[in-house]
Amino acid sequence: MTLATSPAAVDKFSAAYESFVAESVSAPKWLKDMRQQAWDTFAELGLPTKRRGNELWKYTNLRPLAAADFEFSVGGSVTRNQIKASAPWDDVWNTLVVVDGKFNSELSNLHGTVGLNAGSLSEAISSGTGDVESQLASLAGHEEYAFTALSTAFVDDGAYIALDAGTKLEAPVQVVFVTSDAAVSRVSYPRLLVDSGDGSSIVLIETHVNLSESAQFSAPVVEMFAGDSSTIRHYRVQMENESSFHLGTTRIHQLGDTNFTSTTFAVGASIARNDIHTLLDAPGASCTLRGLYMTSGSQQQDQEISTTHAKPGCQSDQFYKGILSGKSHAVFSGKVIVMRDAQKSEASQKDLNLLLSRGVEIDAKPSLEIYADDVIAAHGATAGHVDRDTLFYLQSRGVDEEAAKAILVRGFAEEMLNEFKPQALNDFVERITDERIPVLLAESDSLGTT
Amino acid sequence: MLEIKNLHASVLDIENSEILKGINLSLGKGEVHAIMGPNGSGKSTLANVLMGRPDYEVTDGEVTLEGESILELRADQRAHLGMFLAFQYPAEIPGVRPWQFLKAALDSKAESRGEDKMSVRNFSKLFDEKVEAVGINPTLVKRSLNEGFSGGEKKRNEMLQLEVLQPTLAILDETDSGLDVDALRIVAEGVNSMRSPERSFIVVTHYQRLLNYITPDVVHILVKGQIVKTGGPELALEVEKNGYKEYLDAVGANA
Repeated sequence: MTLATSPAAVDKFSAAYESFVAESVSAPKWLKDMRQQAWDTFAELGLPTKRRGNELWKYTNLRPLAAADFEFSVGGSVTRNQIKASAPWDDVWNTLVVVDGKFNSELSNLHGTVGLNAGSLSEAISSGTGDVESQLASLAGHEEYAFTALSTAFVDDGAYIALDAGTKLEAPVQVVFVTSDAAVSRVSYPRLLVDSGDGSSIVLIETHVNLSESAQFSAPVVEMFAGDSSTIRHYRVQMENESSFHLGTTRIHQLGDTNFTSTTFAVGASIARNDIHTLLDAPGASCTLRGLYMTSGSQQQDQEISTTHAKPGCQSDQFYKGILSGKSHAVFSGKVIVMRDAQKSEASQKDLNLLLSRGVEIDAKPSLEIYADDVIAAHGATAGHVDRDTLFYLQSRGVDEEAAKAILVRGFAEEMLNEFKPQALNDFVERITDERIPVLLAESDSLGTT
Repeated sequence: MLEIKNLHASVLDIENSEILKGINLSLGKGEVHAIMGPNGSGKSTLANVLMGRPDYEVTDGEVTLEGESILELRADQRAHLGMFLAFQYPAEIPGVRPWQFLKAALDSKAESRGEDKMSVRNFSKLFDEKVEAVGINPTLVKRSLNEGFSGGEKKRNEMLQLEVLQPTLAILDETDSGLDVDALRIVAEGVNSMRSPERSFIVVTHYQRLLNYITPDVVHILVKGQIVKTGGPELALEVEKNGYKEYLDAVGANA
């Protein structure tokens, strides 16, 4: 098959879809219909390409993904120790483990916390828990784009988290999405559905890792419904191996006086796209989106961040930092849309990048689309490099150039690392950062220092 | 301790940019030399060239520290030999705490000498002592290095580093600029308390006022990249009274 066939790469997924449909005869009709509709959309769209006019994918080269083959199957066994070694872990947290897209109750660590319903999405679907039927794929459905369509065509399992109204959880809840160790390249479509009741509050850690050395393709879809006056403190850790593909979609619907804060730590995969959209759908909603991305080798990292102010009196704040080395490529596409009714909106966007070698590419494009007239908005993006005066300052104290650069890179990351509050999570991202910095510096050149 | 012979230096990669035009200076162990001069005389360049700033190129001459040539050494190697430069404009470094940075500096020095690194506990104790001695606000040193520090706080922070690193040759590049009298006194007290038969200082300054608090053994007047006069502490007072005009006239420069 060549890429010239249009739509791109649909054939690769069709056999898997047909056998998936054949195996899921017992699924509820609404789900079957949803899948078929989504498949039809995907078959029409194909994988996104950089074709002219396709603004959202202009900087993202998906050809390596389109050229690869993936098996849709559940993989080998995974142990608790393997997960503890590759993901952040704290016994106190409620941790849900999803292996190759399937919820795994044995590997999960759940404490039966009052007011928290956490477990398999598949079970929640079959038992008609809460509002699953109306919520699933309602924020990230097939209409939107190829990967949510593909994910929805194969929607089956993942994690489900619901908080009763007024439940304020002390300890974080983590969902670990893991692909098992295998030579075979697999595709998985894990989903997470979060329904936080009115006045509830949760710290939610979403972690994506793989135990395999081979290329894996994950297209996770996360949908969160923030009830009135609820608070969601979300962390996203994305660190698959450097031959894998991560096309992630996160959609958040916020009601009145809700507060959604998310911090991303993105260091993994060959091609990774962290696509987050928050909809501020009632007065007094606020969202803060932050992130740190670090790339080396020929990695590609996209942060596709957007917020829609649909109602008056909401606030949004996007602030990302990137550290790029080798021949890597990063995209920060931050968008804020302020609808006509959304007066008294406040929005800010910022993307700061530290470039360590001449071979890197950063496409930073914060953008505002404002249809209301009473709005305070600010945006900016920078790309800088290690400053030679600063380097000399450190060197004059006896720190050699390599160590001085490491101190400066770490210093640049520090403010984002400080965002990761749960101790075990903070320790984890600090450790990964400290391990990554020598890799980044090994691929750096004299940019900025000569 | 330090011998400077016929030192010529230019701005790197810029033709006809010679700033230092044959400096000769001999600094003995335990001595404090002041280098005074008008703006643009090359004082700061001399301080930076001695420390090995890569923006300058030495085109002629020799500099030896305890008999060893240092011109081929990088700044960090010079620091390991005991040299220190207190900056006129210390860099602001976001996300880097003074504690962390000074520990890295000491570790690096220990490593270069084949010595054991100081334990975190011992270093913390030393650091806290020095913070108190220098009179720097302890909450300040928990913040990013120099970020949002006032001019005076930055200079105190330079003194803190001086105290922690304990160099054998400290060069102060206009450390007095931008300081009020109280801060000036603190800098001077820092220097004075560190004066010892084993430690030498080069104090670069435009004005005489710092020298009210730090009495130098020798004063050099630097004009247009050359030392035009060398004398005792009284030379500084003379400059305070008469300015640099007579020296500028002597080398044919416009005052």
